[in-house]
Amino acid sequence: MPLSEHDLAAIRLTLELASLTTVLLLVVGTPIAWWLARTRSRLKGAIGAVVALPLVLPPTVLGFYLLVTMGPHGPIGQLTQFLGLGTLPFTFAGLVVASVFYSLPFVVQPLQNAFEAIGERPLEVASTLRAGPWDTFFTVVVPLARPGFITAAILGFAHTVGEFGVVLMIGGNIPEKTRTVAVQIFDHVEAMEYAQAHWLAGGMVLFSFLVLFALYSSRRFKAGLS
Amino acid sequence: MNTSFEPGTKGETGALSGGLPADGIRARFRVDYAGFALDVDLTLPGHGVTALFGHSGSGKTTLLRCVAGLERAAEARLEINGELWQDSAAGVFLPTHRRALGYVFQEASLFPHLSVRRNLEYGMKRVDAASRQVSWERVLELLGIGHLLERLPGRLSGGERQRVGIARALLTSPRLLLMDEPLAALDLKRKNEILPYLERLHDELDIPMLFVSHLPDEVARLADHVVLLDQGRVTAQGSLQDIMARLDLPTAFHEDAGVVIESVVAEHDDHYHLTRLAFPGGAVLVARRPEAPGQRLRLRVHARDVSLANSRIEDSSITNVLPATVREVVEADTPAHVLVRLEAEGTPLIARITRRSCDQLGIAPGRRMWAQIKAVALLG
Repeated sequence: MPLSEHDLAAIRLTLELASLTTVLLLVVGTPIAWWLARTRSRLKGAIGAVVALPLVLPPTVLGFYLLVTMGPHGPIGQLTQFLGLGTLPFTFAGLVVASVFYSLPFVVQPLQNAFEAIGERPLEVASTLRAGPWDTFFTVVVPLARPGFITAAILGFAHTVGEFGVVLMIGGNIPEKTRTVAVQIFDHVEAMEYAQAHWLAGGMVLFSFLVLFALYSSRRFKAGLS
Repeated sequence: MNTSFEPGTKGETGALSGGLPADGIRARFRVDYAGFALDVDLTLPGHGVTALFGHSGSGKTTLLRCVAGLERAAEARLEINGELWQDSAAGVFLPTHRRALGYVFQEASLFPHLSVRRNLEYGMKRVDAASRQVSWERVLELLGIGHLLERLPGRLSGGERQRVGIARALLTSPRLLLMDEPLAALDLKRKNEILPYLERLHDELDIPMLFVSHLPDEVARLADHVVLLDQGRVTAQGSLQDIMARLDLPTAFHEDAGVVIESVVAEHDDHYHLTRLAFPGGAVLVARRPEAPGQRLRLRVHARDVSLANSRIEDSSITNVLPATVREVVEADTPAHVLVRLEAEGTPLIARITRRSCDQLGIAPGRRMWAQIKAVALLG
């Protein structure tokens, strides 16, 4: 077996983290993307920029601020302590919260594009057919934006799997709790265990390629149809 | 027939709407957008087809969208056959999905992810079973779409799509059907394919319709009542026949200008294969019609198809010649032509002739003449 028990634990943890993060991202990202797609508010530019910040900031910057705000003296940290939850840094939950921020643009942007592409008309049609706003959202918007949701989920998942800096800053390196595949590879390399590193790193390359391949070929397929 | 419509008068059609406050559409809207303002106060009949007529930018579509609640006018009051849908003074605004209306958009706008059947069911399912008054079978039959149910909208022709769009709106059993140039996106062939279906709606369903159009011929075929809009204001309204016979309105200057006559099939001539259509003031012969005697047919006589003579010309191939009295002569759209309004025992006619002929024949109000009708369009 080329993969050690620690490697397998890291893979399992990574998949758990990415799955949970993706679900939360869709829940949080959908209303943000909807608002960005439909609003005429002057705040649109500012909110859009904030959502996109993780695209350009070094993960350490994001990690640093998250660490501060979620730490015992930060506002979020005080809140979680008040609620009897302790503090989030160096826990799996903290890692999930950080990942949601970190991968947010990868979910919001495809959703926003999908919502914008639908346009006003189908919503108006639905309203003339007696569908209220929520009804319209679930029966018209979600089905029409399905490719956007799929893209958003895939990108959110893949990007969370591939994060490193934020994990290290927020999660540290605790086996079974916060040690993801990316961190595990770092450990292997540090310990000069290149063979072990190869297996995990190669696996990541393959995984990422397959994800992107699936994404790009389905896009081309769709473009060919319309 | 009410003939007292003046440009710019408001709410004069109370007599047409039956007089009872519960019957009729009362619409007052004031919208102010940058560069465009709509300001209308209308009382419309609560039954039959009302055409909102005007060229693009006249506010017809905005008015329709205001009625639907898709556009929220700053100042508005809307009452549909006794139901209050909107009153800005009292803070009443029924959102679109709570208004019992059907809306047919210019492009059919079917949901692309749903089959024709599920598109049709979409609105119907959202109406209480108790208030469904339009039956599924009836609508499928009326619009001839029974064979399309399992198809996806992408696999339909433009005409089929629009018929499904109309059926989908009808299946919500609307108390008012709004149609925004439902034929505009179609070519002539598809238009002719769909017009008979719209005429059947008019004849067979008792749903008041507001119909937006910029084509006089379309209006002549479908409407009973016409509202003329220009730059966001109502310039005239009245019955179709009255509006089409007026020379002081822009409808008279359109290339398709002409009157509408309600006729009755009088008799068939099987030898020559002709049908005689009678109306007050005369009759015309047209190529044999399938309709039985006694049935009503709407005729359209374009101004360009009417020529005038001082005496009855016997050695002419024109069959349809009516005695008529000149009522009015006005300038036409070109300096070479004039428009002449005539009356044949209550039936109006408009002739578009050259100014030269007008002078040579001495045409003036009060003069008795013979109107030669070169062509008659039958509107079903």
